[in-house]
Amino acid sequence: MTGTILQIENVSRVFPGIRGGAPVRALEPTSLQVAQNDFITILGPSGCGKSTLLRIVAGLDRPSGGRVLLNGREIKGPGADRGMVFQSYTLFPWLTIAENIEYGLREKGMAKSQRRDIVASYTEKVGLRGFENHYPKQLSGGMQQRTAIARALANDPEILLLDEPFGALDNQTRGLMQELLLGIWERERKTVLFVTHDIEEAIFLASRVIVMSARPGRIKADIPVDLPHPRHYTMKTTPEFSSLKAELTEEIRHEAIEADVAH
Amino acid sequence: MPRPLEPVGQSTRITLGISFFVLFFAAWAFATLGGFVSRTFLADPITMLQDGWLLLTRFGFLSDIGITVWRVVGGFIMAAIIAVPLGILMGAYKSFEAFLEPFVSFARYLPASAFVPLLILWAGIGEMQKLLVIFIGSVFQIILMVAVAVGNTRRDLVEAAYTLGSSDQGVVKRVLIPANAPEIAEILRLVLGWAWTYVIVAELIGSSSGIGHMIIDSQALMATGQMIFGIIVIGVIGLISDFLFKAVNRKIFAWRLA
Repeated sequence: MTGTILQIENVSRVFPGIRGGAPVRALEPTSLQVAQNDFITILGPSGCGKSTLLRIVAGLDRPSGGRVLLNGREIKGPGADRGMVFQSYTLFPWLTIAENIEYGLREKGMAKSQRRDIVASYTEKVGLRGFENHYPKQLSGGMQQRTAIARALANDPEILLLDEPFGALDNQTRGLMQELLLGIWERERKTVLFVTHDIEEAIFLASRVIVMSARPGRIKADIPVDLPHPRHYTMKTTPEFSSLKAELTEEIRHEAIEADVAH
Repeated sequence: MPRPLEPVGQSTRITLGISFFVLFFAAWAFATLGGFVSRTFLADPITMLQDGWLLLTRFGFLSDIGITVWRVVGGFIMAAIIAVPLGILMGAYKSFEAFLEPFVSFARYLPASAFVPLLILWAGIGEMQKLLVIFIGSVFQIILMVAVAVGNTRRDLVEAAYTLGSSDQGVVKRVLIPANAPEIAEILRLVLGWAWTYVIVAELIGSSSGIGHMIIDSQALMATGQMIFGIIVIGVIGLISDFLFKAVNRKIFAWRLA
């Protein structure tokens, strides 16, 4: 067993009330240990604070209490050691696909020849050969998110954070993207934290599913997924998968109802 | 009947655009040549063209045009060099914005034309005074508009840059500036159009050259044909500069249209 790479210690987040309203407790004190090479999916209904938790790990949001440690060092702000893929399309529209993938390497001051090799390798891995000189606008949503994944991975981060990256894609594309991401993870063994509200997606990708409860957000269940690798989309119809899905559906259903009542 | 928001083809667009000019000149010719308006107040289009030809061939109007263009471009470039960086800083750094924004918003409403008498006192009636009128008229507008554009940069792009390892300075240089470059160019195009109105005001008072000066001279002679020709020349130059600006923007910022 490999060691812990990420420690989330009693992290909470309270958003100040709007116009004198009561402050919103988005995230109750939450603790989570992430082992090296884990693929963790964080599953929960909207408004459960799962994105807030991920943004705190990314350093884009500050916890109201607690702390996050990456390799034992406390996270103070965003950095290249945590790659992030957003739900919205965040490729830089003025850069080509290759230049987008290259962005982080340039910021590091890497030599051009070295950059070119890395960009070529990741363009290949996400299946975008031949689109290097296209602008993001010329690509479909799925291709843009593939570029975003390549851009984050090219930087060789310690951990990859994904915030519902396939949420805006159609069902077929989403399935293909899941396989692509899983394939990369199976080969490169990155540590991944993946936020989603899609139960099938959470199971299919994960080595561990963290179920979060509705407002105030907290971790409700921590379920290991022992399905064998490499995984193929046909796995989604196996009895093991189905029973996991039934279990998680029950957990989530309860939360969704509560979240709905609370609104 | 055309439907709302339904696009029209390129050739239809050009035909329609030209036909209004034709209509405009036809109405003008009808009113003047038909004897409905006194020639003293409004010259007919033919007289206007004849006067214009005379101006160009005999009275050296080309050098007037040249000097006016030079003043507009000179004052405008001075304003842009100072205003664009300030606007970017204001858009990027909120404390800087809080410091300057109230004053710039106030200064923006100071009419450039009202400064003409004061500027004559300060800078005489030389070229500097003309340039300063353009400068004062443009600089605050550009600062504010650029600051707003930069301040409205998509937050998720900025966040993405941070997670890719950009420093604060890196975000300004490699996200805020390139993301807003097309809009800044668009702002400059707009303000250049306004600069044209300031230059004429500057030339109407205390000037011995330029299109504005020619118009004032012609007024003394009741030469409405020349005055109208001068005004139309300004319009045509504006149209050309606008067209050039747009073409260059399209070329430089191809990614926007991709």
